[in-house]
Amino acid sequence: MRYLRSFGVFWWDFVVGDDWRVAAGVACALAATVVLVHWGVNAWWLLPAAVVLVLVDSLRRATNGRDPS
Amino acid sequence: MLAVGVTRGWRSTLGGVGTAAVVLAAFVVVLGPALALIPIDSLRLLVGALLLAFGLQWLRKAILRSSGYKPLHDEAEAFAQERELARGTSRGAGTDWYAFTVAFKGVLLEGLEVTFIVVTFGSTQGRLGLAAAAALAAVILVILGGALIRGPLERVPENSIKFVVGVLLTSFGIFWGAEGAGVTWPGSDLAIPALVAGLALVSVVASRHLRRRRIAAGLAEAHA
Repeated sequence: MRYLRSFGVFWWDFVVGDDWRVAAGVACALAATVVLVHWGVNAWWLLPAAVVLVLVDSLRRATNGRDPS
Repeated sequence: MLAVGVTRGWRSTLGGVGTAAVVLAAFVVVLGPALALIPIDSLRLLVGALLLAFGLQWLRKAILRSSGYKPLHDEAEAFAQERELARGTSRGAGTDWYAFTVAFKGVLLEGLEVTFIVVTFGSTQGRLGLAAAAALAAVILVILGGALIRGPLERVPENSIKFVVGVLLTSFGIFWGAEGAGVTWPGSDLAIPALVAGLALVSVVASRHLRRRRIAAGLAEAHA
């Protein structure tokens, strides 16, 4: 059981990393693109915009109130 | 690997490196053809999602490091720490299992990221052999570099490389992820350099902004 847990933790850390919200944001943006394309909208702009928003939000949360110097 | 090899001897260290390399090669051989069985749009969606998760992790860390919010990875210090640890661990007769395990684990864990990139890029473009050859060339280059200077690769601008790789992985992730979702890109493949340029610009601006903010916060604290 311990090995199974370690195996799961390793893959979670490998794919998701430090900020799970980034992976969740990317998954939501991809799902929204699939839905929009299904409705006939060529939503090429959605994923680049979502990536920038997710990245900026993650950086903001990582640096808020922190000063390493 | 260099730290353990220099301290404990090369026979068991290279044994660990070789075993890890065989495991990674098996990973490519098994996973590559398995991915080729998935329909191309689903494969691009899956690969795009994984590249995005991966690329954004790299890019986020590289921006935090370049802006000073996260300490830069110190290769020389990591080398010294690993060497001290290797010196302090006892050694039995025959195979040195400490050296074998540390080398095996290090090469396998670091190599898994590379293997993942090779398999995803290679399968999506249907050129797994070319991707594997390019990775092998990079491995040979790093080994030659390590052998020539006989020490840690501390002069390699690691964070700059991670910054560039993060931008590239994320851009390809956006391109393939959206294509897999059914999007038609304006300008077709020309969208890739546009994505790379746009994301690089955003990342550089974010890094500079965070650096300025950190310095300003430090100055304000010093005046207080």
